[in-house]
Amino acid sequence: METVLAAPLEIGFDYTRSLGPVLGRFMTGLRDRRVLGSRTADGRIHVPPLEYDPVTHAPVTELVDVQPTGTVVSWTWTDRPLDGQPLDRPFGWALIRLDGADTALLHAVDAGSRDRMHTGMRVHIRWSSSPHGHIRDIECFAPGETAAAPAESGGDPVTIMTTPIRLAYTHTTSPEEGRYLRELAEGRLLGQRCPVCRKVYVPPRVCPADGVPTEEEVAVSEHGTVTTFCVVNVPFAGQRLEPPYVVAQILLDGADMPIPHLILGLPADEVRMGMRVAAVWRDRAEWTTSPTNIAHFLPTGEPDAPYESYEDHL
Amino acid sequence: MSETVAVIGFAQAANRPSAGTTSGVETLVPVFQEALQSAGLGRREVDFWCSGSSDYLAGRAFSFVNAVDAIGAFPPISESHVEMDAAWAFYEAYVKILAGEAETALVYGFGKSSAGLLRRVLALQLDPYVTAPLWPDSVSVAALQARLALDAGIVTERAMAEVAARSRADATTNPYAQVSGPADPEYLLAGPYVADPLRRHDCAPVSDGAAALVLAGGERARRHRERPAWITGVAHRIDPQGLGERDLTAVPSASAAAEAAGLPDDLDVAELHAPFTHQELLLRAALGLGDRVRINPSGGALCGNPMFSAGLARIGMAAEQVMTGRARKAAGHATSGPALQQNLICVLEAES
Repeated sequence: METVLAAPLEIGFDYTRSLGPVLGRFMTGLRDRRVLGSRTADGRIHVPPLEYDPVTHAPVTELVDVQPTGTVVSWTWTDRPLDGQPLDRPFGWALIRLDGADTALLHAVDAGSRDRMHTGMRVHIRWSSSPHGHIRDIECFAPGETAAAPAESGGDPVTIMTTPIRLAYTHTTSPEEGRYLRELAEGRLLGQRCPVCRKVYVPPRVCPADGVPTEEEVAVSEHGTVTTFCVVNVPFAGQRLEPPYVVAQILLDGADMPIPHLILGLPADEVRMGMRVAAVWRDRAEWTTSPTNIAHFLPTGEPDAPYESYEDHL
Repeated sequence: MSETVAVIGFAQAANRPSAGTTSGVETLVPVFQEALQSAGLGRREVDFWCSGSSDYLAGRAFSFVNAVDAIGAFPPISESHVEMDAAWAFYEAYVKILAGEAETALVYGFGKSSAGLLRRVLALQLDPYVTAPLWPDSVSVAALQARLALDAGIVTERAMAEVAARSRADATTNPYAQVSGPADPEYLLAGPYVADPLRRHDCAPVSDGAAALVLAGGERARRHRERPAWITGVAHRIDPQGLGERDLTAVPSASAAAEAAGLPDDLDVAELHAPFTHQELLLRAALGLGDRVRINPSGGALCGNPMFSAGLARIGMAAEQVMTGRARKAAGHATSGPALQQNLICVLEAES
C-alpha cells in the first residue's frame, strides 16, 4: 500500500473571556495576591468560586478571603511536563484545599521530586512575578507554610482574561488525496470519478451524493470556466493580497465540481460568470504536494462559456 | 409515534494506534455499509442520521461536515450532530424515533485520536477560566481520581491490575481490540507509573476508530431483525464541572442515570465505558453491579478507546450480546468529560 501523506498542522487562538461579577473579583484578587472563595447558602466556601449556588441556583454574591496555604487532598506526578503546563521541570499535580475553603483547587506543586509528594502535605502559593488577573497569577504551589503577604491593590478591576490556546496535529490524507497531491507536485491536475454517478471530483473525495470512494483516475485540464465569484473588499488578519480582489469557483474542463481560486490579472469589476480562465503555475522549483503550486488563474481571452455549460455545476 | 425502539444493527472499525485520515470519512464508509447490512436496511431507508465527534480531535472547525460525505447526502437528508461521544447522538436518535419524527436512524461516532496529543487536547474540556489554562492532561486528572479512591480504600492497585488483566484476556476474542493477550497482574504491577498511581495498563490506549449503530421503532424493528435488542431504558446525567466540587470516588451521575433508566437487578452483561481501570471499579459500585454480571466481554475501553465512538460501541456491543442470543438483558454505558463527569446508561432486552 502506498504511504499516505501527512503534514504538521498547528492551530492557535487567544481565547478572550469576559469574567462576570464572581470570576472578575476572583481574578482581580489573584492579581492583588489574594484568593477569594464564594459562599453558598449552605455556608460552604468554594475555591475556585462558583457563580451559582448548585442547590438553590441563586447567583452567588458573597466572596470571602481564604488563605494562601492549604492541604493536598490528592496528587499525581508528571515526569515530562507538556507544553503550557505551569512548570517545565518534573512536578506534581494536586487537588489543594486552601485553608478556609471547603472545596479543592487543581494546580501544580513544585515539589522537586515525587518522594516529597503525599496526601495531606502542606503547601503554599508561589505567586507569579507579573500578576495580571489570571489563574496563572498562581505560578504554582510549593511545599511548606511560608506565604507571601497580599500586595497593594493593583488598579482597576479585572473584567477580561485571555488564554492562548496552541495545538499541534499531524494531518493525514486519504490514499486518493495523496495521489492527487503527488500529481500536483508534478504540475498535473488529477480528478477521480465516482463509480455510481460518474461525476469527476477535483480534489478527490468520497462522493457526497453516493457515499462511495472515487476510483477511476481522470486527467483534468488546467483550463476552466468561472461559475460564480465574489469580490473581496474586506481586510482581515493574514490577508496576502490587497483588496479588492476576486475569489471564484472555477469548473476545470473535465471536472464536475468547481474549485475555489483567485482570479488575478484584470480589474475585479471585469470578472464575470462564464469567463474562461487558465491556471498560472508558480516556478517549478517551488512545486510541492500542495494546491498552492497554482498561484492564481488568469483569463484566456476565449469567448465566455454559455450559461448552459455550467448551470448544473453552480 | 413508536412506543418501543430497538437496536437492529451495529458495526465498528478496528481500533488502531494510528489509522485513517484526519477527516474520518474513508473509515466511515465501510462501517456504514456493514451496519446497514447487519440491520437489513438500505442507505436511503435511514430517516435520521446523527453523529458524535469533536473539532478538537481534527484540529479544524465544522470537521463533522466532512463526514457527511460518507452518507451520500443527496438528495438532502435529515441529520444532526453532537460534540461529544456518539452515545449522546444515540440518545438524540432514540428520542427522535420515540417522538415519531423518524422510524429508523443511523448513529455514528468517529475521530482520529492520534492526530494530536490526545491527553493534552483533552485539557480543553475542563473549566476554561480556572483549570484549562493550566493544561492538566487527561491522564493526570484520572490519576488524581485514582489516588482519592486508593486513599479511601475503595480500590487497590492490585484490583486495578486485575481489571486490566481480565480486560486484555477477554479482548483476545475481539478482533477490533487494539490491546489484548494474557497478562499476569503481578507482572503488570511491576511496571513503572505513568502518572502515579496509574501505570500503563491502567490507562486506555490512544485509538483511532469509528462505530455505527442502527435503530428502528416497534414494528419496523421486527421487520428488519429477527431478534432486535429492545431499548427498555435510557438516561444520562451529569456531575458538576469543577473537579474539586464533587466526590471523585463516587459517580453520582452514573447512579442517577442507572436509576432513571431502570437498570435491572438481573442483568446478564454490562459493557462499561471506563478508560481507566479504577473507573471500572468505581462504576461497578455506582451501578450496583454484582459479581453475577459479566463485565466487558469485549475487553472494554481499556483495550481500545476511539474517542467519540467508544461509548457508542459499548451500547453496540451490549446490543450484539442480545441480538445474537448470548444475553437476555444487557446494559451499555458511556462516559464523557473528565473523571467520569457525565454518564449514560442504556438497558437492552431480548423482549420488548
